[in-house]
Amino acid sequence: MLECKDLTCVREQRVLFKQLNLIVKPGEILHIEGPNGVGKSSLLALLTGLSSAYSGDVYWQQQKITAQRETYYQDLLYLGHKSGVKAELTALENCQGFQRLYSSQTDVDLYDVLLKVGLVGYEDIPAAQLSAGQQRRIALARMYFTECKLWILDEPFTSLDKEAIKSLETCLIKHAQQGGIVVLTTHQALSIPEANYKKLFLTKATVEEHYV
Amino acid sequence: MFNVFIQVVRQDLLAAFRHQSAILNPIWFFIIVVTLFPLGLGTDPTLLSRIAPGVIWVAALLAALLSFERLFKDDYIDGSLEQMMLSPYPLAWLVSAKVLAHWLLTSLPILIISPLLAIFLSLQIDAFYALSLTLLIGTPILSLLGAIGVALTVGLRKGGILLSLIMLPLSIPILIFSTMAVEAAASGQDYLGFVLLLAAMLVGAITLAPFAIAAALRVSIS
Repeated sequence: MLECKDLTCVREQRVLFKQLNLIVKPGEILHIEGPNGVGKSSLLALLTGLSSAYSGDVYWQQQKITAQRETYYQDLLYLGHKSGVKAELTALENCQGFQRLYSSQTDVDLYDVLLKVGLVGYEDIPAAQLSAGQQRRIALARMYFTECKLWILDEPFTSLDKEAIKSLETCLIKHAQQGGIVVLTTHQALSIPEANYKKLFLTKATVEEHYV
Repeated sequence: MFNVFIQVVRQDLLAAFRHQSAILNPIWFFIIVVTLFPLGLGTDPTLLSRIAPGVIWVAALLAALLSFERLFKDDYIDGSLEQMMLSPYPLAWLVSAKVLAHWLLTSLPILIISPLLAIFLSLQIDAFYALSLTLLIGTPILSLLGAIGVALTVGLRKGGILLSLIMLPLSIPILIFSTMAVEAAASGQDYLGFVLLLAAMLVGAITLAPFAIAAALRVSIS
């Protein structure tokens, strides 16, 4: 269970959001929505522990994430704006790197994974020579062999084609059905069954709340 | 845990071999700087062998400085640095692997090429052994210290000059002890003491620097 209590985020002395409370239970997909610059990415960065909050805390399985970094990161898969794909390495080498450095199933055949994300035939070309969408697919390939329970995805659908969007959606739903948690931001309308789908709409702070 | 270390080193070496100018440029720079001295100062062998240790060390220092920017910059740009910070393995362990890879790519070639340059500068054989030894022990310290500076400046758009300002003063002790060791060797004295002092610095750097690098990265990224 991912939880945050009284989370306040301040960037450049401006309040982005104040006293945000949030609970995401296993099996749920949380879709964070809101206009540009409202603090969606900042919220995700706080949830991962990459940046620290002005006040408030994030809890994973009832414990503060700052007190249990390594356990938390065994369960966390984060995909940011920057995909973490190394440009000089091929799709296969990138996947091998992900598999060895982050909690993953080790018995998965990476060629099968590349087949699933539609990169077979490109496995020996350095990522730099692939298109933006294909590079994104390399980053998303992780989801087919990760063992992480919590997925935090910042705009995962950027530069993907319709087919890839569809298969990513299926992948997210499957993960939730298996008891995983997904937190994502996107401007895309998602066709995810109602049951476990939650939305959080962030709104701009009013002027009097703006400064600290 | 050890596999992870090897994986990081392997990945970095592989990426560097696909991008060869990044490896070769610092070495060319090193060779050119060292060869400029005989051209500028004349070819008097006694003068050259006297200034040789200092010249080679300063050139190695500058070459290292030139290559540091690559250490975390690419990872910062493509997001793998962020990913590394979210890895279940300790960040200090992962950055040590990166520093080792960087040392293998930039300082090891300098070590290998130094016999040739020692001949250029008519360095005696005893002094040359001492020089190689100080380079072997001293350059890892430089890499570790430099990595702290790189970690602090990685988020800045033009951190290059700031990096030199942070890094060069910190390298003064290494420079002093290394050149003193070589001078002692050249005049036939025992130089073990200086080398052991350098080795002590190396042990200190290996044990403490990774934590400083990790902490600096966390500050830079958030």
